[in-house]
Amino acid sequence: MNFRLRIWRQLNLKSSGKLVDYDVENISPHTSFLEMLDVLNEKLLGRGDEPVAFDSDCREGICGTCSLTVNGEAHGPDHPGAVCELYMRRFRDGATITVEPFRVGAFPIVKDLVIDRSALDRIVQAGGFISARAGSAPEANSIPIPKHDSDLAMEAAACIGCGACAAACPNRSAMLFTAAKVSHLSLLPQGYPERDRRVLKMVQVMDAAGFGNCTNTYECEAVCPAEISASFISKLNREYARAQFRRRLGE
Amino acid sequence: MIVAITGIILILFVVGHLLGNLQIFIGPDWINGYSQHLRDLGPLLWVIRSFLLASVIIHIWVTIHLAIENRRARPEAYIDRHYVKADFASRHMVMSGLIVLAFIIYHLAHFTVRVTDPRFGLLKADPLGHYDVYSMMVYGFQNYFVSGFYVLGLFLLALHLSHGSSSFFQSLGLNDKKLTPRLALGGRIFAWLLFAGYTSIPVAILLGIIKPAQQL
Repeated sequence: MNFRLRIWRQLNLKSSGKLVDYDVENISPHTSFLEMLDVLNEKLLGRGDEPVAFDSDCREGICGTCSLTVNGEAHGPDHPGAVCELYMRRFRDGATITVEPFRVGAFPIVKDLVIDRSALDRIVQAGGFISARAGSAPEANSIPIPKHDSDLAMEAAACIGCGACAAACPNRSAMLFTAAKVSHLSLLPQGYPERDRRVLKMVQVMDAAGFGNCTNTYECEAVCPAEISASFISKLNREYARAQFRRRLGE
Repeated sequence: MIVAITGIILILFVVGHLLGNLQIFIGPDWINGYSQHLRDLGPLLWVIRSFLLASVIIHIWVTIHLAIENRRARPEAYIDRHYVKADFASRHMVMSGLIVLAFIIYHLAHFTVRVTDPRFGLLKADPLGHYDVYSMMVYGFQNYFVSGFYVLGLFLLALHLSHGSSSFFQSLGLNDKKLTPRLALGGRIFAWLLFAGYTSIPVAILLGIIKPAQQL
């Protein structure tokens, strides 16, 4: 298969970038999108040109490192799934494909398609943890947890932190990410001690990072590779209201 | 949350206002008597009006503030952009809201303050001594441009509410995974029922189904 690629090239944080056209030929339909970019980079290196910088790690959809906007959709047209799980057979032969980075004010573009997502790390650092007793692991069944709660917590914990939710959001809001991180800990007894502080602090850091505000368009859940439901945002709103209320009452 | 609560207040008003207006189909005595009841509330009417005005101002003030933050959060737009789930209504709430605001201002000038149509001053009281709201509405809507602008304003209101009337459940944390799609569908049906209800009045007048109760 042959493709015409329009790829965002940007030298560094400060410079402004532009779309540059590249042609790739003889690509197998079973090539993944990232492998196709590897093929392009081999070609560029052979010509002595600067290869296209992009992030990837596990290439099996679980690490959350890859972060491309393909034809205007975060992680490309195959949802749910990270862009590393996108295959070239999904496109027409001879198609023109636009490849841009995740464009979020809080995720500065470092180079080409590589972005700095440390804003998400700061949100997790603000409260995405539990205080646990050091020492040997306790007996697993010593804390009974209802099946429904553990399932729901697991659904939220599936978040791989890729940032596609914020990238796809018309307002660049990171509510789905924060909601997943707040929910998966708040649903479990281990997370109860910090429950109020966690949600208040994480939302505060999220706002300070410069993300936009949620207007309930649900674009986030449509592109999420881990299929996190936007109903966790509803839960986040509940948790936040509860924590504010309890703080006002002096806990 | 503030947007959601003020939004709910305004939705309740819009429903009540429609029920009041639909009395035009029952006859002049009903709607004229109803409007007389409202005016008889006296100071309480002004309390309600101030409350609604405050809701409108807060609703707009906060959303404009949020919209500015959202604009700042995306310094660079995508060159190619394709939405998967976010529909037109949800992406254009500010636009539809501001046009509805312009419509509300015109609507108040037209039927509440009555400064846009000099004929309204010529209307005589109805046989029961009430202001003839019935004929005022009929003469007001007989103009195609006026009715056209009302239908446009109502269309944008319905568009605004097709997202807004289910969105507040999410903002207030009052839904879950199962309920959300049902609320979204219910919200859309609700909004377009409102549209149908409101536009039925100018349409009925233009078709000549409702005729003025008095000649000018």
